[in-house]
Amino acid sequence: MAVRVVKDEPMVAAGRVVPGPGPWQIALAHRQTSDGTGMSDWRDDIFAVFQDHDIKQVYHVPDAGHSRLIEACQKSNSIRTLALTTEEEGIAVAAGAWLGGQRSAMLMQSSGVGNTINMMGLTKTLRFPFLTLITMRGDYGEFNSWQYPMGRATPAVLEAMGVLLYPVDKADEVKATVDAAARSAFNGGQAVAVLLRQKLIGIKDFGKKKARS
Amino acid sequence: MSSSATLHRRPLVKEILKGSDDNLLVIGGLGSSNWDITDAGDRPLNMPLWGAMGAPVGMGLGLALAQPSKRVLVITGDADLMMSLGSLATVATQQPGNLAICVLDNEKFGETGNQASHTSPRNNGPTNSGAGADLAMIARGCGIADSDTVREQADVAKLVKDLRTTKGPVFRLVKVMVEKLDFVMPPQDGAHLKDRFRQALLGSA
Repeated sequence: MAVRVVKDEPMVAAGRVVPGPGPWQIALAHRQTSDGTGMSDWRDDIFAVFQDHDIKQVYHVPDAGHSRLIEACQKSNSIRTLALTTEEEGIAVAAGAWLGGQRSAMLMQSSGVGNTINMMGLTKTLRFPFLTLITMRGDYGEFNSWQYPMGRATPAVLEAMGVLLYPVDKADEVKATVDAAARSAFNGGQAVAVLLRQKLIGIKDFGKKKARS
Repeated sequence: MSSSATLHRRPLVKEILKGSDDNLLVIGGLGSSNWDITDAGDRPLNMPLWGAMGAPVGMGLGLALAQPSKRVLVITGDADLMMSLGSLATVATQQPGNLAICVLDNEKFGETGNQASHTSPRNNGPTNSGAGADLAMIARGCGIADSDTVREQADVAKLVKDLRTTKGPVFRLVKVMVEKLDFVMPPQDGAHLKDRFRQALLGSA
């Protein structure tokens, strides 16, 4: 997937919380994309939803599929972005943020979901809103066999812990899906996971490696 | 034989929390630390955990970032922290000036029969040997520069001052005795504990 240079990042980085379309949203809408369609990238759409829902803390264990969104959050003045040592930490930090009156979101890869399962119980015992966006591996066309066990188990183990699942595999449905997930979390008080399917993210292939026979 | 600790955890925690006001937000780790902070006086701005081992430091961090004008104090045990050592490095990436972490180290898994924990010395007999892990050194190594160990009653006054007022992140490892103490229990319902905390802090649940 081509990495495109964002010329108007300062508009995004202004990070003001504006209900409804604000200057940064208009900037995003008019931004040219590498494919020349002028359509906004789904990762920018997620950032816009974060702003709309007044999310103040974003946690991540990095993933290539999230890197563009992580950078947008890091450059934002209204969002505190924290790298975690393990995904389990994110549940505890999110609980603390909510105790202090702030909304948060966690970005992780499906391979990290297993690390959260015990701590995920905290969302039930404290009954606090929790939103996570999970880039799926071991999914559509995965090349790495090590990604399959946790990737395949991700929906089942999250559901076992009572987490609502919002899968999405089409770019033009990402914004509405993340928005709905945020509403279920912050208005409905639920623990919610958006599953960003591998079909959406693109199949990782480590470049053009020659097949050995 | 356990360590040569002389400090009693209950009066120590009482001293640390003396005169708690609306400016002090306290998170207590599961087990003994929970009973300790509750013995000092249950209050809405205490968040005593009944489970979620490994959560207190992360929870304290999220809270400290959300409430930069309040003092956030995490009180927990050595085995609880040992389960989330990475969270010390995550704290250090943020350097929250309002966060203090106090680890009561009895070198035991106290709630489950006083099995030796990893902070117990090596070669300490068949049932009491650990790794001699030094949590204050680990905290410093993770990037929390103001990290120290307290062993003596004479140092308690300074400990209290550091935990309550010194610019954070502050990490204090306190060596405490192994004692059999009463369970002093706060309410158990997590949603209630969370709601009363938010009501006291924010005015809404």
